[in-house]
Amino acid sequence: MKVLLSGNEAIARGAYEAGVKVAVGYPGTPSTEILENIVNYQEVYAQWSPNEKVAFEVAIGASIAGGRALVTMKHVGVNVAADPLFTFSYTGVNGGLVLISADDPGMHSSQNEQDNRRYAKFAKIPVLEPSDSQDAKDFVGEAYKISEKFDTPVMLRITTRIAHSQTTVQCAEPQEQTIKAYEKQPQKYVMIPAYARSRHVVVEERLQKLTEFAKDTSLNKLELRDKKFGIITSGICYQYVKEAFPEASILKLGLTFPLNQEYIKEFADQVEKLYIVEELEPFLEEAVSLMGIEVTGKALFPVIGEISASQIKEKIEQDLGLKDTTTSKIGVEDLPAAPGRPPVLCPGCPHRAVFYTLKKLKLTVAGDIGCYTLGALPPLEALDSCICMGASIGNALGMEKANPELAGKVVAVIGDSTFFHSGITGLVDMVYNKGRGTVLVLDNRTTAMTGHQQHPGTGKTLQGEAIDAVNIAAIAKAVGVKRVIEVDPFDLPRLEEVIKEETASPETSLIIAKRPCALLTKNNKNTTVAIDEEKCVNCKQCLALGCPAIALRDGRVTLNAAICTGCNLCAQVCRVGAIKKAGDDLE
Amino acid sequence: MNILLVGVGGQGTILASKVLTEVAMDSGLEVKMSEIHGMAQRGGSVVTQIKIGKEIFSPLIEKGEADIIVAFEQLEALRWLEYLKPQGAMVINTQIIEPVPVIMGKAQYPQEIVEKIKDKVERVIAIDALKCAVECGNPKVSNVVMIGVLAKKMDFPQEVWLKSLEKKVPAAYLETNLKAFAKGYEQG
Repeated sequence: MKVLLSGNEAIARGAYEAGVKVAVGYPGTPSTEILENIVNYQEVYAQWSPNEKVAFEVAIGASIAGGRALVTMKHVGVNVAADPLFTFSYTGVNGGLVLISADDPGMHSSQNEQDNRRYAKFAKIPVLEPSDSQDAKDFVGEAYKISEKFDTPVMLRITTRIAHSQTTVQCAEPQEQTIKAYEKQPQKYVMIPAYARSRHVVVEERLQKLTEFAKDTSLNKLELRDKKFGIITSGICYQYVKEAFPEASILKLGLTFPLNQEYIKEFADQVEKLYIVEELEPFLEEAVSLMGIEVTGKALFPVIGEISASQIKEKIEQDLGLKDTTTSKIGVEDLPAAPGRPPVLCPGCPHRAVFYTLKKLKLTVAGDIGCYTLGALPPLEALDSCICMGASIGNALGMEKANPELAGKVVAVIGDSTFFHSGITGLVDMVYNKGRGTVLVLDNRTTAMTGHQQHPGTGKTLQGEAIDAVNIAAIAKAVGVKRVIEVDPFDLPRLEEVIKEETASPETSLIIAKRPCALLTKNNKNTTVAIDEEKCVNCKQCLALGCPAIALRDGRVTLNAAICTGCNLCAQVCRVGAIKKAGDDLE
Repeated sequence: MNILLVGVGGQGTILASKVLTEVAMDSGLEVKMSEIHGMAQRGGSVVTQIKIGKEIFSPLIEKGEADIIVAFEQLEALRWLEYLKPQGAMVINTQIIEPVPVIMGKAQYPQEIVEKIKDKVERVIAIDALKCAVECGNPKVSNVVMIGVLAKKMDFPQEVWLKSLEKKVPAAYLETNLKAFAKGYEQG
């Protein structure tokens, strides 16, 4: 039977059908739903790891022990896991290992748009690119065969449009996959220089064999039609190319590294003009150009952002001097522009209190990755930097070391999940090197931005099984932070007092602002604040909180009781006592 | 057939898209559906793109390609209007959800959106789905009212829609949802 699955659901299904024993990852859009769906297959052991490097190492262990392993992450996660990846390329596998790299062209929810196919080439491992959910499921199975046949980890690279588009999939029965025998092989798995030198030779030989394999693998599909021009493409761009030119000759590459020169040349020779359509880097274009084949790619298409079917149609029609066949549209030039609707911190979000206070105290704030990155947007505008997972603490330390004027005025803001991901080593550094910075852990008891995944501090596993939560305060104390304070962010006066005290102190401090995510606590809707219109002087101080539940209507501050959670922050910032706290009777 | 469901995070566009794709699958057609998760969930604009037909390539609908746009909120109707085919149909829930720049007094919420769209598009249905939902007993089923309107605009038999609703809605809420569907269908 055919079912409608997202690319991520299809990858989970593919892993199940391929008899994967261990699936592991760290949440990150657009990869998160893969592990969330694998949980539905009880035959697969699945877990969240604190970060992508650890996840990759767990997968390596599973592979060496003889089981098929899947490891999932977003593109920037591969930066974190790059260290084990590059050396595991040398050792090769026992049970097959597939790395899912979920790239995000267009940066729908990412801090950069790196093209991870470059990693596959860099690490000398094959990379597969599916074009829809059926491909995604099938390619997982093919990737395991390649992994075990050629003794290599394999990257399956998807993009947001593959991960989050649902297309029909024909499912298959799972294969019975036995664990391969574990055999101690230090020369294969212990990468001391003497052994690694011989493994590098194996890697180069493997690449030659994979290049041969690329000549006749069924992962690549040749569609020979009109020979006036031909297009080489992969991934989601294949769908766009088909949409734009259903009658064109297309070489759809499922295996995009390595390429086989003979195979590519055979296609190139059959068409009068050759194009390459790919998002982001000219990855295929460079490889094909190096074969001495004349090809047009990035001369027409940008290296920035996503590509669309209409863009492909327009650019190629222009290039070939064909008639413009773009669709007619409704003219909207005379209509008012629609104001943007940026994502915001939710009503009742505990992060709001922290950013309001940091802004009030005019502190310099090194930020991190999570919902709290939204604290950068107006009206809070509280962040000074946001680079990558865990960067805040090191950034804060570097700032005070370089610029003495900033000492005592810099704080690092990091979420609970991000603290476990890569904040702990930064904290060790701050203590070790006598930093006087203040680290604020915004502990909302979940990995919120990616959709509420568990982490070591929540007390639950991926499957929801209860475990002892790892204690952030105890970690801080153990690494030598003497000033560790927990505070409820909804107690604004106390929060401000604590931040003032700790930034003034001459040593490293850690403040845990602890309050569960507003989306996790289903408040009783009868507890909302109330604005006393007679007392309100319309000073708009409450608007500085940037709460979606308080709006300016006809010049007056008004409350949207339907979405107010009764967190009482506005009642605390009101200078004239015009906002009654939730739970208090309005006289 | 290209259909865009546009709204604001939390309005129930996802359930609506599930019901529609089920109807199309049940009718033996090819379906592709695309939506972006992540940042959009924090009160941002959300869009679900659904393509139904014999053979579909790109899962995305571009400007001027939508046969029907179902807008769960007025401003989103305006934002996505360019995506409608000149002869396409627009279904608008007249509910207003102000975005933060408007709340903060930094931008104006455009006036008379429905009228302005009607000047450009012949086939427009504007409906107060929230009010209809409240009349059915639960403000949360306004998304199903919108499905009802959409169903009337499409060629699938009503039974197929009802079957799909039964499959996708928890049994405890089915009665209210069926009422909401009927209310929307009436006005379609």
